[in-house]
Amino acid sequence: MNQPVPQHGLPTLTPTLLYLDDVTVSFDGFKALNGLSLAVDESEMRAIIGPNGAGKTTMMDVITGKTRPNSGTALFNGKHDLTKLDEAQIATLGIGRKFQTPTVFDMHSVEDNILLALKADRKPFAALFSRRTANEKERIDALLERIRLKDHRARKASELSHGQKQWLEIGMLLAQEPRVLLVDEPAAGMTDQETADTADLLREIAETRSVIVVEHDMVFVRDLGVKVTCLHEGSVLAEGTLDQVSADERVIEVYLGR
Amino acid sequence: MILRNIDRTGWIFLVCVVALGVLVPVLNLAVPAGSFFHIPDYLVPLIGKYLCFALLAISIDLIWGYAGILSLGHGAFFALGGYAMGMYLMRQIGPRGVYADPVLPDFMVFLNWKELPWFWQGFDMFWYAAIWVLLAPGLLAFVFGWFAFRSRVTGVYLSIITQAMTFALMLAFFRNDMGFGGNNGFTDFKDILGFNIQAGETRAVLFFLSAMSLAGGYLLCRWIVTSKLGKVLVAVRDAESRTRFIGYRVENYKLFVFTLSAMIAGIAGALYVPQVGIINPSEFTPANSIESVIWVAVGGRGTLVGAAIGALTVNAGKTWFTGVLPDMWLFALGGLFVLVTLFLPKGILGTINSGWEKTRRKFRSDGSVPSGVPDAAE
Amino acid sequence: MPGFWTPMTLAPFRRLALTLLIALACLSSPPGARADAVDDALALFTTDKFNDTATGIQALATSGHDNALTILRAMTDGRLFYDPAGKTVFYRDAQSALFDAKTGAAAAAEPAGLKAVRLNNRLRTALEAARGGLALMDPDPDRRRTAAEAVFRSRDANALPTLTTAIGEEKDTRVRTEMERARAAILLTSSGVAEEERLAAVDTISGRATAESAALLRSLPADTPQGVQEAAEAAVTIIEGKLAFLAAFQNVLYGVSLGSVLLLAAVGLAITFGQMGVINMAHGEMVMIGAYTTFMVQDIIRNAAPYLFDYSLFIAVPAAFIVAGAVGIAIERSVIRFLYGRPLETLLATWGISLILQQAVRSIFGPTNREVGTPSWMSGSLDFMGLSLTYNRIAIIVFALMVFVALLLVLKKTALGLQVRAVTQNRRMAAAMGIRTDWIDAMTFGLGSGVAGMAGVALSQIDNVSPNLGQGYIIDSFMVVVFGGVGNLWGTLVGALTLGVANKFLEPYAGAVLGKILLLVAIILFIQKRPRGLFALKGRAVEA
Repeated sequence: MNQPVPQHGLPTLTPTLLYLDDVTVSFDGFKALNGLSLAVDESEMRAIIGPNGAGKTTMMDVITGKTRPNSGTALFNGKHDLTKLDEAQIATLGIGRKFQTPTVFDMHSVEDNILLALKADRKPFAALFSRRTANEKERIDALLERIRLKDHRARKASELSHGQKQWLEIGMLLAQEPRVLLVDEPAAGMTDQETADTADLLREIAETRSVIVVEHDMVFVRDLGVKVTCLHEGSVLAEGTLDQVSADERVIEVYLGR
Repeated sequence: MILRNIDRTGWIFLVCVVALGVLVPVLNLAVPAGSFFHIPDYLVPLIGKYLCFALLAISIDLIWGYAGILSLGHGAFFALGGYAMGMYLMRQIGPRGVYADPVLPDFMVFLNWKELPWFWQGFDMFWYAAIWVLLAPGLLAFVFGWFAFRSRVTGVYLSIITQAMTFALMLAFFRNDMGFGGNNGFTDFKDILGFNIQAGETRAVLFFLSAMSLAGGYLLCRWIVTSKLGKVLVAVRDAESRTRFIGYRVENYKLFVFTLSAMIAGIAGALYVPQVGIINPSEFTPANSIESVIWVAVGGRGTLVGAAIGALTVNAGKTWFTGVLPDMWLFALGGLFVLVTLFLPKGILGTINSGWEKTRRKFRSDGSVPSGVPDAAE
Repeated sequence: MPGFWTPMTLAPFRRLALTLLIALACLSSPPGARADAVDDALALFTTDKFNDTATGIQALATSGHDNALTILRAMTDGRLFYDPAGKTVFYRDAQSALFDAKTGAAAAAEPAGLKAVRLNNRLRTALEAARGGLALMDPDPDRRRTAAEAVFRSRDANALPTLTTAIGEEKDTRVRTEMERARAAILLTSSGVAEEERLAAVDTISGRATAESAALLRSLPADTPQGVQEAAEAAVTIIEGKLAFLAAFQNVLYGVSLGSVLLLAAVGLAITFGQMGVINMAHGEMVMIGAYTTFMVQDIIRNAAPYLFDYSLFIAVPAAFIVAGAVGIAIERSVIRFLYGRPLETLLATWGISLILQQAVRSIFGPTNREVGTPSWMSGSLDFMGLSLTYNRIAIIVFALMVFVALLLVLKKTALGLQVRAVTQNRRMAAAMGIRTDWIDAMTFGLGSGVAGMAGVALSQIDNVSPNLGQGYIIDSFMVVVFGGVGNLWGTLVGALTLGVANKFLEPYAGAVLGKILLLVAIILFIQKRPRGLFALKGRAVEA
């Protein structure tokens, strides 16, 4: 449960997987991101906190290719320029994203949801002629087991509960076999038990992959026990353990205080 | 392999269509005119026309029902296929036209044209025209879709510009200088592949071919929607950006299915023209395209079979209404649009299917109890 | 395609009507017998020789005979006859009644063997010139001016003496300018005129920059002196420059006129589609209902209070707003409110409503066009630097801008506008603050529909009032709103004017229909490039 927490300022031995430098995004003069810099290592889990409008979602949009930054660098694995690629290309590179409100394919069965997300050739003709292999079936089974939806495999995703949908979406993310997972408020709308289970799941995932979690729920962040980056007005305000960040006066002022 | 994916409704539908394709010509040609079972001559091309509309409806359902693309310009693809076929039929008239020009169709002689325009070359050959039946709508759909889907024009915006597209084509085809007969379009066809187009046997064959194309179109679309590609399409329809974020190039999927759908519509148009004996620019009117969308809505979008049923019932209703109460037809059609969207969003087949599903569940009541992650308050 | 394509063709018809009126006036003026020169002239018509007839025309024109114009006119129309036996000349009026040419009195009996005075093209030209010369002395200045213009065109040297006399007597400066131009045209093209006089003529003619002047200066006879030709060429260059500017200005003016029609048709949609996001395919029918309301209002006024007819449109505007608005509210309450959040279904349902409304109007008023009258203050046209803009077009431009400004004020300054914006931006928050969102939905939709109805009043002045009226506007309206940027009234204004002007600039090169097609293709491509229009809202909220 208690894995070592990377300390702020310590040199890391693992290479940087995701690298943002001086990224700026403005909408009609409003700067959603203002010189944001962030580096996430291989197999690192990072929690991003910050008040509403701090730029958390815009940051994810930049990483996943939904929004093009006005200036700045966004590199994946040191060589892929994320500002030049579209969502599908970025996803194929190995960056998965989970939305704040669970978005799964409502009209498909749980199993098909995973099937669609499984790493495979994404071209239309490949999809047209593809047949499910034994290997794929095995992987689906394993994933369903892991997200505890094995008994619901034939049900339509729309019939799942909110918490189950959150998990299904995480399952879909895993099926992509990404190297980085961006997870937006995974604990929103969950019961305490679900929240704890989700934290466990994410920690487990972070053993082999990098995970970036955006979260409001401080209990959840504490539960994760990872390095925390606090955003404010589009740039990094503080970085470190939750205790360090919580002690930062500026953070208290803009976010935790009151 | 294809046949394995057909459900019960699909089998019933296929059997009915094939039976219709065989029975109608037989009852028309082989049964004496006085008999109760005889099908009168006028009914053969009429039902044949409905079958073409049903194929058009299936092509619309493929993109609307499964990929969420509401095209208000599918009549244009239908008409383009029809025009390609019409060009062949015009060339077949040869010296039998009013002006008896061996090469030029009558309208060109009338416009004082001296020689065949380049784009009319080759249309005296059936295979060449047949290629264009697919190519003309396919190319237009490809180019249009390439631009539209790449720049992520979706929803009503896409519907509006498809409507503008067919409107622009209508204006263009109304012009005499376009070289497609202007206002009057093409008519007075004589024969097709050497057979008299008016002959009962030719009509029987055309009818049979229409039924077979409808069955074939259904099989093709059914194969697509049950493949993994079909699942991706539904995913795009329900959560487009999610589909992108798991790595699918949504525009390529849409482009593929849009182009294919346009080609199927083109085939429907090509079969339609020899049976009704005329093609003119009014086929491009936006109203036509919207009307064919309502066939799909009436039958049930996302079911394929429903689309065909919708086309058949609405058109049969139209024939009946315009014969008995011509003034009431637009009221009926307009009312249909409103009532179906308000009270029958799943269409006829969709409603029957979900009703069937409910009863089945009630009786089985296996009730897979949700476990693991319980419901959260939302 | 009505409306968008209605060319401004009324002006020439008005002119034709005027000419006919003059003709009638001429016919009714009492003729009287004059000197024997008339007898000589008339005698020349009875020889059945073209040369004699030509001389006769000249003679008659210079005779000053009261009946001369009537005779010449009859000759032009082939209504002039002669009796080979009695050598008398007769003319028939439009009703075929026979009159003695000299006296103008009704012929007692029709002589046997009447033969028509034959004409050839040379004689027709001579006739026109002669009639022109005669009219130069007419008491009516308008008629004198028309005559001078005719001489300018014919450049008939025979008219020169008359013209010179006329210029001397002319008091009206505008008419005199016209006569001087005519005289200059004759001098310029006849041989044997002094060079200075010709140079002066070039000046006179190039004083007005018209295609006519340029054509005249370009087609000087070969024997024209070098100096005059050079002066003419220089003048042509200047005129062409002015003409090009004028053509561009005309395109802008007519484009604005077309744009104002588009603006009127689209501005209601900018509310229902732009603000509420409702795809109302029955929008065109709201316009149509407005037009029929105008018809009804005029019908009632004609029967009950004809003296109010000139004010009928002022009554029709609020009436159309109320009627179309009420129909809009009824549609919103009965259908659209169940379909919020389902735009494609809304599209289909409202299309159905449009079919029902069209058929309802067809059943009530019949399928044919209904006549909507134009108040007297809106007929006629404003002529300006050779451009002519009819008053009804000007009225529509003004009306469109007024409607636009009024709408802008309603949305920005009134409580209703504030609530509308609140609901469209955040429905749940607005509801939480106590705004009755369903009531606001109905009012907003009613407002958009009512504005469409007011547009119908204006469009009834330039388009056929038929059940299909609205169909011609629906695609254009959507194009304008989408092009301008959804949710932005200013975008709609700029979009409408841009499309109107672009259309008028394309028309001369591509023709009306092809121009329209090109424009549609351009908009389709534009939407691909900027899916959210010219004035797109940016930011995260838009993507959601």
